[in-house]
Amino acid sequence: MLQNAHPLAETVARFVWWLPTVPLLGFLINGALSMFAAAKLGPADPSAADHHGHSGEAHDQPHAAEHGAEHGAADAGHGDHGHVVRHKYAPIVSIVGPGVMVLAFGLALATFMAMRSAESPAPYINTLFSWLPVGDLKVDAALQLDALSMVMVLVITGIGMLIHLFSVGYMQDDPGYPRYFAYLNLFVFFMLLLVLGANYVVTFVGWEGVGLCSYLLIGFWFSDKANADAGKKAFVVNRIGDFGFMVAMFLLFSHLGTLDYAAIAESADKLPAGGIVVTAICLFLFLGCAGKSAQIPLFVWLPDAMAGPTPVSALIHAATMVTAGVFLVARSSMLFSLAPVASLTVALTGAVTALFAATIGLKQWDIKKVLAYSTVSQLGYMFVGVGVGAYSAGVFHLITHAFFKALLFLGSGSVIFSMHRAYHATHNHGDDAQDMRNMGGLKQYMPITWGLMWIATLAIAGVPPFSGFFSKDEILGAAFARAHGSTLADASLLGIPGNIVLYTVWIFGLAAALLTAIYMTRMMLYTFHGPNRTGDAARPHLAEAPWIMTGPLLVLGVLSLAGGWLNLPEVVTDLMPLGPTAKLEHWLEPVVGEATKRVAGAGTPVAASTEELLIGFAVAIAIAGITIAVMRLKPSALVPKSAASPSTGLQSVLENKWYVDEAYDAAIVRPTYTFSRSVLWTGVDIGLIDTILVNGSAAAARFLGWIGSQLQSGRVGTYAWLLVLGAVLLLRAFARAS
Amino acid sequence: MMKEMLASIGYNYWILTVLLALPIVGAVALAFQASASASQDALARMGSARKLALLFFAAECLISLGLWWSVDYGSPDWQAAAAVPWIPSWGIYYRIGVDGIAVVLMLMTTCIMPLTVLGSWTSIREKPHAFYALLLVLTTGMLGVFMSLDLVLFYVFWELMLIPMYLIIGIWGGQRRLYASLKFFLFTMLGSLLMLVAILYIGLKTADPLGRPVFNYDFILQSASYPGSAALWLFGAFFVAFAVKVPMWPFHTWLPDAHVEAPTAGSVVLASVMLKMGTFGFVRFALPLFPDAVANPMVRSTVITLAVIGIVYGALVSMVQPDFKKLVAYSSVSHLGFVMLGIFALTTQSMQGALLININHAVSTGALFLLIGMIYERRHTRLLADFGGIAKVMPIFAVMLTIVALSSIGVPGTNGFVGEFLVLIGAFRTEPIAATIATTVVIFAAVYLLWALQRIIYNPLAKPENAALKDLNAREIGLLLPFIIAIFWLGLYPAPILNRTHSAATRIIERVHGLSESSSGSVRP
Repeated sequence: MLQNAHPLAETVARFVWWLPTVPLLGFLINGALSMFAAAKLGPADPSAADHHGHSGEAHDQPHAAEHGAEHGAADAGHGDHGHVVRHKYAPIVSIVGPGVMVLAFGLALATFMAMRSAESPAPYINTLFSWLPVGDLKVDAALQLDALSMVMVLVITGIGMLIHLFSVGYMQDDPGYPRYFAYLNLFVFFMLLLVLGANYVVTFVGWEGVGLCSYLLIGFWFSDKANADAGKKAFVVNRIGDFGFMVAMFLLFSHLGTLDYAAIAESADKLPAGGIVVTAICLFLFLGCAGKSAQIPLFVWLPDAMAGPTPVSALIHAATMVTAGVFLVARSSMLFSLAPVASLTVALTGAVTALFAATIGLKQWDIKKVLAYSTVSQLGYMFVGVGVGAYSAGVFHLITHAFFKALLFLGSGSVIFSMHRAYHATHNHGDDAQDMRNMGGLKQYMPITWGLMWIATLAIAGVPPFSGFFSKDEILGAAFARAHGSTLADASLLGIPGNIVLYTVWIFGLAAALLTAIYMTRMMLYTFHGPNRTGDAARPHLAEAPWIMTGPLLVLGVLSLAGGWLNLPEVVTDLMPLGPTAKLEHWLEPVVGEATKRVAGAGTPVAASTEELLIGFAVAIAIAGITIAVMRLKPSALVPKSAASPSTGLQSVLENKWYVDEAYDAAIVRPTYTFSRSVLWTGVDIGLIDTILVNGSAAAARFLGWIGSQLQSGRVGTYAWLLVLGAVLLLRAFARAS
Repeated sequence: MMKEMLASIGYNYWILTVLLALPIVGAVALAFQASASASQDALARMGSARKLALLFFAAECLISLGLWWSVDYGSPDWQAAAAVPWIPSWGIYYRIGVDGIAVVLMLMTTCIMPLTVLGSWTSIREKPHAFYALLLVLTTGMLGVFMSLDLVLFYVFWELMLIPMYLIIGIWGGQRRLYASLKFFLFTMLGSLLMLVAILYIGLKTADPLGRPVFNYDFILQSASYPGSAALWLFGAFFVAFAVKVPMWPFHTWLPDAHVEAPTAGSVVLASVMLKMGTFGFVRFALPLFPDAVANPMVRSTVITLAVIGIVYGALVSMVQPDFKKLVAYSSVSHLGFVMLGIFALTTQSMQGALLININHAVSTGALFLLIGMIYERRHTRLLADFGGIAKVMPIFAVMLTIVALSSIGVPGTNGFVGEFLVLIGAFRTEPIAATIATTVVIFAAVYLLWALQRIIYNPLAKPENAALKDLNAREIGLLLPFIIAIFWLGLYPAPILNRTHSAATRIIERVHGLSESSSGSVRP
């Protein structure tokens, strides 16, 4: 192979293809076990039957109250309460599922070490085989190892490993246990393919593959229509984005003749900077990113995606898959840096989404919904980062967010697990285990989870020295700095000057930071503080989850606390020697450095004093948010969900998420169906083509046939004459035509 | 290695003729068996008929596989060719031969046919001998179309396909089988007759020195030129014949009826093979014979517009179908629209993609119809509303249906993706607007198939009659496995097929470009 010249070719990095292969093997084994068990068990087998409410099935029911009646009815029939049937292959699955992740993470670490010592800035490309060789189109099944993909691989395998371990506890009693791990392993396979792809098409395989796994895992408890609906919605909305991704690839190929990242990085300059082509490519790509990463206008699927098991929300819908859009912009930095208008669009969309989602987060009662909107909002920050050309800052926030949001989701999973266990033990199937109005005071029962979730909350709120503070601050600082002298400031978006757009982005970012601090503190207060509202019967059963679940939380707690060390700003390292300066930025330099410089242009860096001022301002906002929440919110005044009165005014608008779902349904979904059914199917197909044209011509034919039958006299002479006449006419027609 | 071995048995000299003759022999054998077993009970007759049919189809499939190696795919000459005078005074010959495109489609046909027998294993109880004999005759017709190099011979095979399918729908079909089979017959016949007139005109026009008509494909290709608007009219005649078969919008309304009424094997053959006759006809005849007409901007934009309408229309109408078979039938209109777009966009990628979709559609839609047949046999309904939650009781069926649906949606890694991707990326170079509109279908395809999937295998298992459903048996799993393997093989490593069709595909594009450069500058390579 040609890449033998690369210094990494002699190291463990040449086994890079094992990285996705190992989880794929896990999928095959767990999938086979799941199928094998299914084939052996009849529907009469208890572990194949629908144990609604007796196993893991009801953990994540967002509408548990609605289903209460159904549960009650089902429960009346059988008296096996408390009897839990664990899957017979659970022991093997518990080893294979997380085991492949440990292997993958180990390989990722070894590869990382090799990369550090090789110190080669050029990407290492490992070509497996020629996938689509057609004329001048050459698409290889090839993996690319460089600074960016390495960072992503570490996050995916590292966080993925922790979440797999957590799942062993969380999903232990689920009848679909092997199927769950099969899907989860498959997800990791596709996610690694996504980040390791050496061209847009391989990335697209991963891109759609993670969407597929997301679909399967959201609808994991598919017997509930709401879950199956949510999975389908996620897939379809993502496909709207994929349409953009595909068109971007078509544009790239017709203008540059290649889809390989390395070749595009070299030839991107051929596209005129700021021109219509590169702008269109970037905007179409960003449509894909908006779908995958839940940005306006395609964010609607992510909150519904909470129907899946909570570890899935942590891994797919917080830490990894939803950040793929941010990754893709960073990966395409050579294109985005040439398209200021597209970059401004990315940044503005991110900022608006960050603020918009934060407002919704203020009024949600479902603990997972708060975190879901928080994720949408934080993804908005990442897009601000990569949009303003601070690609490493965007990736930095991607990493810290993976730490603290995975912690928050797994923490909430712990809480839900505990709540559910308590309800289950007391045969309470009517109350919602995810509604914060049914929680309160959990600090007393789950102190470890409480402490760790506070670390994550302070991190996401942007309080120093927690990790989120550094990454969020770097993004906002970059947005502010780019307003002077950068290519973005000189461009304009829909007639609005770039610097005004950038200041707007910055202000929106600050406003969202304030709301973030408020809604996260609200979540913590309502869940863990004040009096407990779980109910007298269930309360004694509340307790910390088993160690297989709490252990991963501890690791994430350390990462959330210290993750800022990865990329300390100069202002901080000047003050205190906490560690190396801008480590991550230097690491990513070979991939995004040139693009970052191109966007920043001749702009002078912000003075240290201004920077300190900005940081002080951001910290003040975070602390103000927390203080407001603590002062204004009264957990003691809350009543359980069943006793709560419906909200009114702006409060109900926020609770109903600004009615965006309803608006889409009325404006797009239903008209499309009506049009397809009434106009196309019954109108054109049945009415126009079949009734008028087909049956009409049949009627005409019958009429002609009637005439013919009159001619059918039985006299041979007439036939002969007609035959001659016909032949003459036909020949004449041919003679004319020639 | 394989090639030498095949050459040593003279494989290329006899293979095509044997492939045409063997099914006829099988049909005759079934006829004898039918009269010999007239006294037996229905069950025994069914058992003996299906075994004999399977034997012939399996033999046909096995001996056809050699074509994969024996043929020189890069050569511009016809492979395994043969020519014997049939009615020499009228210039009609038994003239056959294949290129990469034909071989791939023929192998697809011979591989799918035995599986349709397995798919009909328990469902065809009435007149089993006649049923399988008709399937065999149909196979000869279909393979004949792929290898004909004489226009009249081609027409004979073309019509030979029509009658068995008409009977299969009309005799073994559902309740409205007479309406459906007649509609199928009349639609196809209308187009065919126009084509026959055009073929006769071409033959008479391309006379040899003795003044006899010539129907030799190669000879016509080299010598024919048509005055004035004649080429357009001739193209139009071929176009209608092929467009009905594809089917292109608005000639498609026979398809949903035919599919819904046809027995499972009929649906599979119809979707997997017979729909490909239309697109094959374009590639083999309409494009090379009338390059000027194809290069005409009006003609091309009309065809491409119809193709794009079909792509979007088929997908939108699929979304609102209550009957699963109808849903799949309309999705075929959409998929075949992609093939037409790929062919008429005239780029290497789009043409190759179109050829790949031909096969992908055969695999995915064939498997879908088989799966529908399996639950139909159990529940005697195809209405989506009658199902729900059956993944609980039929987990293996659920996995199979999911994989096949994903391939039909075009999820990367499956076969559905590579074909669509190549068509679109190629078409985007010459027809960016059409390609972009067509790309929106990735959304609708997900909507209609996931909706169907959800209503069948997900949601609560609410209906008691579904709770007792039995999962797939070994025969059913075994018959689906080749489809599943093909889905991943074609999706992950389509290069062997692409390499085999490459030279044939580029020759057609070059011919259209080369012969039309003088008359039209609108097409760029």
